[in-house]
Amino acid sequence: MPTTSSRETILSAIRRALAVPAPKPGHHAGESEPQQEPQFQNTFSILGQEAATSQKRTWLPPVGESWDAWADLFAANSLDLKTQWILCADEAELKTQLQRLRAENGWTKIGLHRGELTDLAAETLGLENFYVDDGYDAHQLEKCDAGITQCDALVAQTGSVLSTNQSAGGRVLSILPPHHVVIARREQLLPDLPAAFELMQEKYGDNYPSLMGFITGPSRTGDIERILVLGAHGPKKLTVLCV
Amino acid sequence: MAIAPEKIEVPAGSGAAHDDNFHNPPEKPSAQFHHDADEKTADLRHRDLIQSALGKYYVARAGKQSKFQNWGAARQAAAEVKWEAVGHLDKYLREFEDKISARGTKVFWASTEEEARDYIVGVIKDAGARRIIKSKTMTGEEIHLNAALEKEGFEVAESDLGEYIVQLREEAPYHFVFPAMHLSRGEISDLFKEKLGTAATDSPEELTMIAREVMREKYIAADVGISGGNFAIAETGMISITENEGNARLSVSLPKIHIAIMGIEKVLPKMSDLALFLPMLATAGAGQALTGYNTLLGGPKQPGEIDGPEEFHVVLLDNGRTKLLADPEQRDALSCIRCGACLNVCPIFKNVGGHTYGTTYQGPIGSVITPHFKEMQTWKHLSSASSLCGACTETCPVKIDLAHHLLQNRRNAAQQKPVWSEKWAMKGFAWFMNQPRLYRLALKLAPLAQAFHPLVKGRRLDPLYVWTAGREFPKVKRETFKDFWAKREK
Repeated sequence: MPTTSSRETILSAIRRALAVPAPKPGHHAGESEPQQEPQFQNTFSILGQEAATSQKRTWLPPVGESWDAWADLFAANSLDLKTQWILCADEAELKTQLQRLRAENGWTKIGLHRGELTDLAAETLGLENFYVDDGYDAHQLEKCDAGITQCDALVAQTGSVLSTNQSAGGRVLSILPPHHVVIARREQLLPDLPAAFELMQEKYGDNYPSLMGFITGPSRTGDIERILVLGAHGPKKLTVLCV
Repeated sequence: MAIAPEKIEVPAGSGAAHDDNFHNPPEKPSAQFHHDADEKTADLRHRDLIQSALGKYYVARAGKQSKFQNWGAARQAAAEVKWEAVGHLDKYLREFEDKISARGTKVFWASTEEEARDYIVGVIKDAGARRIIKSKTMTGEEIHLNAALEKEGFEVAESDLGEYIVQLREEAPYHFVFPAMHLSRGEISDLFKEKLGTAATDSPEELTMIAREVMREKYIAADVGISGGNFAIAETGMISITENEGNARLSVSLPKIHIAIMGIEKVLPKMSDLALFLPMLATAGAGQALTGYNTLLGGPKQPGEIDGPEEFHVVLLDNGRTKLLADPEQRDALSCIRCGACLNVCPIFKNVGGHTYGTTYQGPIGSVITPHFKEMQTWKHLSSASSLCGACTETCPVKIDLAHHLLQNRRNAAQQKPVWSEKWAMKGFAWFMNQPRLYRLALKLAPLAQAFHPLVKGRRLDPLYVWTAGREFPKVKRETFKDFWAKREK
């Protein structure tokens, strides 16, 4: 098999190449001799995870201190991204909002997975439910008017939904139907991206789901004259309900 | 691995042109570059399209970059993280391989593009598969994967809108982030009308919906999904894919087999490094805070999971990268995250356009790495496709010193194989400049010589041909500066 030999060829080529020390980036020919050790150090390796995360926070876009500030930021980012953001006071309002969405969008069939909040949605909406949990036919799922899912977290900094195939009913439910509806708990709102990665590490340890990802707004493209069009291949609409 | 594109055999038919040598293959790359550059720089319609597209990018990028509390520090940190990864590439690649294999992913190491192509074709053949859905992969372009797949009789669909458009046009991507930036909506409408039989429209939205409808069925019917990968995470054994359309997410979820192909330099030490790299890639690449979909894949469908591919293959491609790694001066060029920002700010790119480069990777980064990936003498002309303004170096989110690397390529090319005429001309000039008397005499005679210049001006006999073919040579003063100064002293 060429696999083994190419693997060894590449790894030994890398080791040979790296045996020659390199000047730190930004230094060009004639300016200085290559140093014995690259002077550049990986800030993150030296400082450890905690310090690295706190440092990153001082560079990335600011997010504010309080939950309310994060919610405002998520709302502002949603406006920019054309995500529909609905903050519900309680479960009663969540139900009203779901019914409003059903009427507004003319839903008749919804795709969903089993979960505390999605079950509540199914009960409230009383539509034809298409559950994906035990396997599904993609053509059937494609015909659903909306895919309703839970998530792992909301990220205020970027207006993103963090979800995995474990939390959001597999890989496809959140992407194939034309409207993706996410229902999240208030305590799932996180300030920033470093917090999102911390959460994934804490929550899953070494046992990560095979797909994890950030969904930031509805599917979009700018491939024609850099003009924004929503619903390129994935959902044309993204609604985030937070209760 | 001197693989000049003219040596690559491409079958006739639709896939043949989907290659980086689609302009007159027998022509020398440098001759083709000059020819196409002349044509594009005079093409005002092209200029309008590019300026309008990039104008939108500049505004969006400036807005999003200004939201960072400290872009400079973020940039420095990103450069350091990549430097750490590239500086211990063997260690991190092995860690990545161990971690991702443990969860059922097959990792294949390919030294050359042929090896990578053969492996991918083999996987598809073994599975008895026929229909392939691709999401954007520049590494796939680099190894001419589409031509190889179509030669085998597989049905290949590019799902990214821009890639789909250039696939239908049977041409290479114009820009490695914005593949169809050179086309107007009118041209795309005409293309869809001709190839798909759809009605003409000047609405980008309607055009996008046409592609959406075509692709929907293809995702579901496809046997194999092929993608690239923006980052490989050593710590957790995952690949990270950045996109906006959701096409990659569908391509890696619905088919039974997923094959990802990526360069060996894509590795990052830690998952949390993405907290920096994802927003920086989006900001520098497209003027977004974060792109629409950022997906981490750590294996095929795991026990107990609802869906996902049964097989997941990751192809790690060298194809010249270890050669670049062995050049200590330019090693940091492997830190590139392919955001395309250096293209967007490059005055040469904006004037000559992406296709003129004749390479998979256009613009400053392409001009730096192509001679390493392929062959220096055939591609050295790209190092001169630079005004040395340094805008590329300034804009790079991982601080690659692109402008100086272009100069180093010029120097290396000249050292490797000096051009005798240039060498003697420079020697002659150096000698002449050391002869003050001769120099003064020449200055005195210059106005006289210039009087005879019109006899040969602009023609091959003209010693100043390169200059005078397109410009006026300034009139030589009768009074030299020295004379003028001497007079003034009195």
